[in-house]
Order: sequence, then structure tokens, then C-alpha cells
Amino acid sequence: MLDQSYYTKTDEIIERYGKKASSLIPIMQDIQEVYRYLPGELLEYVAGQIGIKEAKAYSVATFYENFSFEEKGKYIIKVCDGTACHVRKSTPILETMFKELGLSKKKHTTDDMMFTVEMVSCLGACGLAPTMMVNEEVHPKMSPEKAIDLIQELRGENR
Amino acid sequence: MKIDSKETLMSIREEALSRIAAYDCRILVCSGTGCIATGSQKIYEKFSEIAANTPGVTVEFGPHDSGAHVGVKKTGCQGVCELGPLVRIQKGDDVIQYTKVQLDDCQEIFDSSVLKDEIVDRLLYTKGGKSYKGPDDIPFIAKQTRVVLKNCGKFDAESLEEYIASGGFMALSKAMFEMGPDAVVNEVDKSGIRGRGGGGFPAGKKWKQVARQPEKIRYVVCNGDEGDPGAFMDGSVMEGDPYRLIEGMMLAAYAVGSSDGYIYVRAEYPMSVARLRHAIAVLEEAGLLGDNILGTDFSFRLHINRGAGAFVCGEGSALTASIEGNRGMPRTKPPRTVEKGLWEKPTVLNNVETYANIPEIILKGADWYRSIGTEGSPGTKTFSLTGSIENTGLIEVPMGTTLREIIFDIGGGLKEGAPFKAVQIGGPSGGCLTEKHLDVPLDFDSVKKFGAIVGSGGLVVMDQNTCMVEVARFFMSFTQRESCGKCTPCREGTKRMLEILERIVAGNGEMEDIDRLQELGTMVRSMALCGLGKSAPLPVLSTLREFKDEYIEHIRDKKCAAKVCTKLRTFVINPDLCQGCTKCARNCPVNAISGEKKKPHTIDPKKCIKCGTCKDNCKFDAIYIEA
Repeated sequence: MLDQSYYTKTDEIIERYGKKASSLIPIMQDIQEVYRYLPGELLEYVAGQIGIKEAKAYSVATFYENFSFEEKGKYIIKVCDGTACHVRKSTPILETMFKELGLSKKKHTTDDMMFTVEMVSCLGACGLAPTMMVNEEVHPKMSPEKAIDLIQELRGENR
Repeated sequence: MKIDSKETLMSIREEALSRIAAYDCRILVCSGTGCIATGSQKIYEKFSEIAANTPGVTVEFGPHDSGAHVGVKKTGCQGVCELGPLVRIQKGDDVIQYTKVQLDDCQEIFDSSVLKDEIVDRLLYTKGGKSYKGPDDIPFIAKQTRVVLKNCGKFDAESLEEYIASGGFMALSKAMFEMGPDAVVNEVDKSGIRGRGGGGFPAGKKWKQVARQPEKIRYVVCNGDEGDPGAFMDGSVMEGDPYRLIEGMMLAAYAVGSSDGYIYVRAEYPMSVARLRHAIAVLEEAGLLGDNILGTDFSFRLHINRGAGAFVCGEGSALTASIEGNRGMPRTKPPRTVEKGLWEKPTVLNNVETYANIPEIILKGADWYRSIGTEGSPGTKTFSLTGSIENTGLIEVPMGTTLREIIFDIGGGLKEGAPFKAVQIGGPSGGCLTEKHLDVPLDFDSVKKFGAIVGSGGLVVMDQNTCMVEVARFFMSFTQRESCGKCTPCREGTKRMLEILERIVAGNGEMEDIDRLQELGTMVRSMALCGLGKSAPLPVLSTLREFKDEYIEHIRDKKCAAKVCTKLRTFVINPDLCQGCTKCARNCPVNAISGEKKKPHTIDPKKCIKCGTCKDNCKFDAIYIEA
């Protein structure tokens, strides 16, 4: 059960876009921005508020890759595997991250809720390939070694 | 300040011009996605701090101060992303381009180039022992023709004043007070500009069709869902010159009688979203967006929709479905978007680059536009040049420029002078072009003839270290993952093609697989529902045509000449370098390595699972991969 504050916040977000069917995606995006995931209860609540069926809301939410019903880590690391990064060897970076954090293609978030590792298809900084993004910050010209350094640095910030 | 008539627009322009001319010096710090990643925001802050603390210098940060001597500005992409952070020092027409500027360099640049007229030589762009002072001297930039990117990197991307000073909204004013809607549609039609999003459909024809629909509620939509991996042109325009895109959309709205527009931006471009939101807020404040623009009865409101991570939303009908709050799935056509687009209303849907061209076309005329490019594909095209190339970055060249000019003259050739193998054009919807295509003038029609497409303009250069079969697998895994699943040919066809490619790169392919790929590819190409599905097999079909030998080599000889395919690599220990430290033997997960202590070891290829652990951990670099 989510406490009341979640619903108050959601009302505020719904207010921003208006109670109409076309507001669904921006509302979900803003909820996810606040909580780093999309709680199912809130999605059902939003559906009721903007006048669409719960099934419809779920069908839209599951269609788009960006929505997650699972809670994500404090640092969301997006390893770019766009063409330019791929030909400049992004795969070993992803593998190193998985290894370092004990993650895999099936398990994206560490148990301590610190890190989520995802692969994305292009961050638009191809000139600096291979790249990755930590939350909204792009890190250029990565290598497996630099990726490990970065994780250690982020871990250090939380000690 | 409200800009509510032609007269105020003109007087604001005069004021802006004289205020900008009054600067002694401008420090232009690149704030494109690339340079921000290399730390340009700290450089900006450092320059601001230095300028503010230097006695006798009045500094201006915001757009509306006057009497300042020095301006510190954040610009859009300056082009040579790889050499960032980039900084330009501008005094009138005299510009110095600095590259790889570090925090420690800022004071020196300020003392030498801002306060005096000296150049810090070591930070200039150098190539082949020669250094270049101004951005326009650098061959990478000098050989381009910049229309869409005209302002990119030259001024403060967030400042409406600077945009107006550079000629911004003059096209809108000309359209509204001298031309009228029909003349605008006709001019765009006459210019022959073709949609820059990939399809190459003439924009003027689209506008004409929308303008003559009986339904009076119409929409103008901009496709900024630049989903092709390896392409960042549209992102750079949205970041670097957002007002130009908006003016282009306003011209479209004025021409076809629309009062609402939508920009659909992909979620991975937070900077583009931020710059566009800022620009829209500024324009609303100034009265250039909203009701009764420039005192006329033309009203236009602009909305931003962020994508949510679905490549297929780059397809027109999927994009409008997404704006409506639905799953982004394409639908059958007709009816076309021009008849029934967003909310079933007639809709002009073009991409970022197309709209960004419109203001110049209206201002300088269709004839001027047609003087650039080729007969069938007028104008310029932006490309993002990446991969194994010396100068990566954003470029703009006339249509009809050859690959050789792009790769060797502008791009500076391949990294470390490696021999050219292929270039992937048009991303996952495109194909590869090879040596024999180097001298063909590139335009929409010529590239199509070779089984590729110009697409949105991603160019990824490949050398002998790239395995073409792996590249085909890479694109197929992308399109397969992104297939929306609505139509069977794409949903099932791409899945089967991917399975075949995966077994080929794993060394389990059969010779018949080549025919299977060909057959499946041809089927998907002709039967998929939408443009993206139809083009999904292109990377496979074009590599099959140009590099069939590589496929055969993978299948028959179980070899990957580029040493990329993990399962086809053979690890060998060089006995001359091996010290017999036994580290590799101890680390090998399948005990494939044997040998006496202090004597060279060997790997049993039958047991080896090609994991590479031995090579990664060898302190003597004694293990190598045999091709």
C-alpha cells in the first residue's frame, strides 16, 4: 500500500496535464521522474482519474520501454549501444558493468537499490563514442576500466 | 517585452544588432551534448568567474544587459565534438577556435585572447603539423555548406534576441506581410525540398494536400524522435538553434491554416527538451506564440511531447498515436497523415531538419534553394559522421556530395589511416556502401538505387576491424527488439532472421542460411505494414550483396577475419612471450590450458570456450587472437 502522499503528488501531476486520455503518457513520465518507477497502484488511479480503462493504461505503459513497474536504483546507468558506440566496442563495457555489480540481462538493479544498469540505443553523443549516461549526465569515451572507476567513485559518494 | 507588430519586431532587431555590435569580445562556450559531456559547463562557469573578477571588464551573461564589454555565452554544437570542450573567442568578424580547453587554460585564454589579441597556439586545431585559427579555416568546417546549422555554435542558443539579430523571424514577417499562406505553400513546393526524415517525400506536396482539405482544424507536427542509433543531427538542431525549428513550424502552420503544433522529442535527449521548453516559454512571453501573432489573426500554440523509448514512434502514424496517448503502433494507409493524421485531422508532419530549412527558403526564395544540391534533391543534408573516422562530428553538405569528399576531405579519412571498408548509411533502415560507391554523388535517388537510403543521415564509417555479418546481426537485433508486433512479416520475419544471424556469428550456420536470409528479407521488405518494417531487412540484404564472402567465411570456414565474433576466435599463446607463470591455466574455467611451470603454455582449441579470460589477465601480452 502506498501512503497518501503518493496520491497527493499524483493529483498534482494530473492537474499539470488535464484529465484527458492524451495526458496518460506525460503523466506516467512525471510520476516515474519522481519515484524512479511507475507504481501499478498509481497507474490504476491515473486511469480512473483521466477516464480510461485500467487495461488500456497497462497496455500503453507496457508498450514503451521507458516505463518500469520495478523500482530502479539511485543511479540509473545507461550504457549506449548505438551503432557508433557498438563499433567502438561498447559490449565489453556493458559486460564489465554487469560483472562488477553482479547484474545480468535479467537482473537490472542491485539489491541495495544503488545501481540500475540498462542498455540504450543512442544517446546522441556519437562523436564521443563509446558513451554512457548516469542519470542525466553523459560520460564520454568510456572503457571497461573507466566504467569501474566511475562505479567506485559513485559508491564512494555514498559512504 | 511584447513583440506584437512588424514594427516592434524590426525595432527589436535594430536594437539587438547594435547591442551585439557593441561587444568588445564574446566568449562562446560550446554547450552541445558532446561538449557538456566533456565538461564545458565548468569551463563556462570558470570564464564567467574570471570575467566578473577582472577589474575594468564589464561582463554580460544574460541577454538583456547593455554597455557590457565581454559576453560569456553558451552555444549549440560547434561541430568537432571529439576535440571538446570547444571554446570560441569572437571579436567582430575575428574568431579563434580553441579545442580541448581545460579549466587551467581559461585564465591564459582570457589574458591573451580576450584582454589582448594574442593566440594560445597549443589549443588551436592542428592537423598534419599545421594549425588553424578560425573555425572556418578548419578543413572539416570550411568544406561544409551550412544552412540548417548556420547559427549552430555561433550564438547563445537560448537567446531570442540573438536569434532575431541573426535574421530570425524575418521569414515569418515576410510570409505574413508580403506573401500570404498560398504563396508560402507555393514557394516551399517550388523549392523542391524533400523530407529529411528518411522517406524523401516532397514537403511542398504534403503542405499543399493539407491546405486543400475540407476539414478546417489542422495540425503541424514535428518528428524529433531521432531514433536511429548513430544519428544526432536533429538533436543538435533542437539544442543549438531551437528558435529556427520553431519558426519553420510556424511558417508551416501559417501556410496551411493550423493553430496547434506538437514537437515529439525522444526521451534520450533531455537537453533538447529543456532548450525547446525554454524557447517556447520565451516566445509565449514575447507574444510570438499564442493569439494574434504580430498583431494579425494568426494564432499558434506549440506543445512538446516526450517519447518514451519506442523506435517505431519515428513512423508518422505511430508518432501521432503516441501523442494521442496510445500505444505507438503504425496503421494501414490510406488514409494518409495529410488527410487523417493527429486526432483524425489533416496534419503536416515533417522532421526537425526539414522545418529548420524553411525560414531560409522563405527568406531567400526557392530559386536560391534550388541552386544548392542536385536537380532531384535540392538543398543540403546534415550527417552525423561517426565510427572509425578521424574527425567525428556533425556536418552539413550539399546534396550530391560524394562519399569520398565526406569521408576523406571533411572527415579526414579513417582513423590511423586504416583502409576504408564500408559506410553504413541510414542506420537500421539503411544499408552499406562500399569502395565502388565512393565517387557517386549522394542524393535521395542515387542511394536508393544501391539498396540503401539516405535516411535521417547517420554515417558510420567502418574499417577492417568491423565484421559485416556482426553489423547485420547488430541492426537486426535492434529492429527486432523495436518491432511493435502489429504485423506478422515484421514481428516474425525479423525474429527468424535474427536467429539465423545469431547462429552464423556463433559458428553454427549452414550454407542454406544465406538463401533463407535472402528469402525472408525480401518477404519482410515487400510485406511489412510500415516503412520501418519494410526497411528492417536492408542492412542484411545489402551486406549479403556486398560482403557475401564474409558470410561464407563464417559459415564454411568458421572464421571471422575482423576477429570480432567471439565464438569464432582462436586464442593462441605466443611461446616467445609466455613466461610460464601459470596464471592463465589457473584462471581458465574449462581447464583448456596446460604446460609446465616456467615453460610456454598451450591452449587446447577443442576445450576452449573463447571467453578471453586468459588474454585479459596475461601480464606479458603473450596471448593473441588468430584470424
